[in-house]
Amino acid sequence: MEVSFWIFLLLSVLKVIVVTVLLLMSVAYTVLLERKVVGRIQNRWGPTRVGPFGLLQPLADGAKLFLKEDLLPTGVYRPLFILAPIIALSCALMSISMVPFGADIHYRGVDLFQISDVNIGLLIILGITSVGVYGVALSGWSSNNKYSLLGALRASAQVISYELALALSLVGVILLSQSFRLRDIVDLQARHGLLTWNFFGGLQFVAFFVYIMAAFAETNRTPFDLPEAESELTAGYHTEYSSMKFAMFFMAEYANMITVGCVATLLFFGGWSSPFGHLFPAFGGVVVQALLPVFWFVVKVFCFLFLYIWVRGTLPRFRYDQLMGFGWKYLMPLAIANIIVTSLWLAYHAA
Amino acid sequence: MHLVLFFIFGGLCVAGALNLLFQRHPINSALSLIVVMSTLAVLYLLLGAEFLAAAQVIVYSGAIMVLFTFVIMLLNAGREERTHGSKAAYAIGIPGAAALFAALAYIVLSNGKHLSSARLGDYLVTTGDLSRVLFRDLLLPFEVTSVLILVAILGAVALARREH
Repeated sequence: MEVSFWIFLLLSVLKVIVVTVLLLMSVAYTVLLERKVVGRIQNRWGPTRVGPFGLLQPLADGAKLFLKEDLLPTGVYRPLFILAPIIALSCALMSISMVPFGADIHYRGVDLFQISDVNIGLLIILGITSVGVYGVALSGWSSNNKYSLLGALRASAQVISYELALALSLVGVILLSQSFRLRDIVDLQARHGLLTWNFFGGLQFVAFFVYIMAAFAETNRTPFDLPEAESELTAGYHTEYSSMKFAMFFMAEYANMITVGCVATLLFFGGWSSPFGHLFPAFGGVVVQALLPVFWFVVKVFCFLFLYIWVRGTLPRFRYDQLMGFGWKYLMPLAIANIIVTSLWLAYHAA
Repeated sequence: MHLVLFFIFGGLCVAGALNLLFQRHPINSALSLIVVMSTLAVLYLLLGAEFLAAAQVIVYSGAIMVLFTFVIMLLNAGREERTHGSKAAYAIGIPGAAALFAALAYIVLSNGKHLSSARLGDYLVTTGDLSRVLFRDLLLPFEVTSVLILVAILGAVALARREH
């Protein structure tokens, strides 16, 4: 069916706006969730004052950060100081455009639950994440502050080291599905529910372990949050930032967490497919059947966000040499071993 | 559509390359180089080489250029000093570059009939096609290149560790 260019453009722009707004809302509420859960882990209440159960707290935080004075310290290198948070946030928001949220349903030739369906979707997500490092690196350098610079140096070294293990851990999944297209990867896992997910049926749990470790390091989260270690570096690379620029770094960190959760869900836990497969007959109308996959997807991503917060509330921070040794001497050989075993298994089956 | 994109990103690429030469601060030059690398990736994509485009962004703009900026930040390199350059470079370099450019232009123009067969957006090289060529038809050169790179890494480690 040939669609008019203008309808396609209008629907695509609408899709981008809806996804961006939803992503920013979920970023705000992930922050609230983190404060609540970490509060409970540490035997206190977390935010309770603004709205019922503190549910309006993100709005109050947002308003506070908007209205604060935007300081520009005298010693900074101005163009890069302003550019750095923009790079960080835009890279964090861009990678969500490749993520499919639900089944392949078209309305007037436009894919309803994915912004763009690309052959090399997974590679594009990796590429955008790898460019996102410049936000952190440039912010630390342009701040003209020793703590910021040290944080930025740590961040760049850490991200480069763990990117290797991260990318290698995904090769096993790609070997199984023989495609970089995220919809193909999910379709392969959706046949029999839980049993055909890459984590269980595809036997990729080693790859998942490597991926989730490397992803924690990539997003600078505890136990790998050395670039912003408060006890050593004040606040690391964003020490000199205030108001909206600080908020942009903050939003970028949580948006990256959500993207990592989405990728883990798509690659290892069957994306939007139901864990029960086709066990139950289809119920409800067309709308329910279209929204049910989105529900499963959101539930799975929520589990990953909860895992992130749980780990943050539980584990202490690594030492820097331990961090580097762990990445290079432990995670990377493990990822390579996983690739070799998976390809031998596939070759054995093909023969 | 393809031609418009080609001119936009080709122009951006040349502008980035010129900016790289004219900027006096190393970090600005490094950032211009990132722009050049990323626009090259878009040009690859326009020619239908999707895997190559993604690899260009991940490896060059993402990893190698991060190392460049890392070193610049670590050494805290200051502004570049303006010098008049060597006389030999002026005497030999400019005529040499002109001669090379003239020779290349002559060769390209005289063989123009055979070269102009590739058009933008005509075909798509999938990752499967690429890996079939790389790992079946050209397996030996590929493996020899990887051994060469390994030797280079080991050599770098040996040189860096010599004083111990």
